[in-house]
Amino acid sequence: MADDVTLGQLRAWVEGFQVLVAAHRGYLTDLDAAIGDADHGTNLDRGLTAVVTALRESPPGAVDELAKTVAMTLISTVGGASGPLYGTFFLRFATAAGPVTTLDVEALALALRAGVDGVVARGHAEPEDKTMVDALSPAITAFETAAADGAASACRAAVAAAEAGRDATTPLVARKGRASYLGERSAGHLDPGAASSALLVRALADAVAGA
Amino acid sequence: MVGIVVVSHSPELAAAAVRLAAEMLHGSTVALAVAAGTVDGATGTDAARIAAAIREVASGDGVLVVTDLGSAVLSSELALELLADSGGVEDEIRLSTGPFVEGLLAAAVTASTGAALDRVAGQADSALEPKRRLLGGAAT
Repeated sequence: MADDVTLGQLRAWVEGFQVLVAAHRGYLTDLDAAIGDADHGTNLDRGLTAVVTALRESPPGAVDELAKTVAMTLISTVGGASGPLYGTFFLRFATAAGPVTTLDVEALALALRAGVDGVVARGHAEPEDKTMVDALSPAITAFETAAADGAASACRAAVAAAEAGRDATTPLVARKGRASYLGERSAGHLDPGAASSALLVRALADAVAGA
Repeated sequence: MVGIVVVSHSPELAAAAVRLAAEMLHGSTVALAVAAGTVDGATGTDAARIAAAIREVASGDGVLVVTDLGSAVLSSELALELLADSGGVEDEIRLSTGPFVEGLLAAAVTASTGAALDRVAGQADSALEPKRRLLGGAAT
């Protein structure tokens, strides 16, 4: 099937995520400085740089192997809450995808859904808690809704939903994570986790589009 | 003996807390392992290290995991998932709701007497009671 997403594209997704996070490192850290401990960009950049190195040193032969390498590397190198959260996303993605080298759009939707459900469970987060979930949940729902139009269209829909969800975190009062200690003072700032999650979705769309 | 895993964002904080606890033990021993900092020494927690630390102290009598800040809890929960995926351990593993320093001291002292996991975990959970009493607050 022409529309299948390949192992190479999924690897390009992860590598593209690293490039986007590196380019936005200061932006993510500045967002985190406003309502957290000012390390989100630095932590995620360190973790993803280690991921890219790990993938170069032992190139994965299957989608689950790829996602598991990403997960275990992030878990051991990121440090902050985004380590176990993105780690759980990729672990669940690996289990749902299995030892294959391509995913059709339905299989990709299932793997993404498993990943997002993992983030929700790990973070005990609800929508509008001002977290990664506010970008990821609308993104996977939009992906599923548009899946019949093919992976590229589904990814574009997911990007629009993720970025709208990210932007909608600004007025929210944080109810999870370090920002929740700030209470009302967390309102008026974009959530850094939602911002990096929107980059994750954009990187997928770029990789699937072959950009 | 109940094993104790100390999970902190900071290796220095973990080491100091363990030293404080050791002073309370007067030479008796506790099965205790530390999982603090990331693999490259940055501030943070690492679920893979926590899983390894749990395996290290598990002897069949249960393991209590004592954590510091919020994401240490996320990493500890992920560690339980990693352990389950890799065949698991026989021990019951519990994440303490107690405070980091006081909870660790109470857990270590209680575990050193050979007490069961319920009691070790309970002592860690209620480790703020003496401070509350001292300051006149309501003990909850």
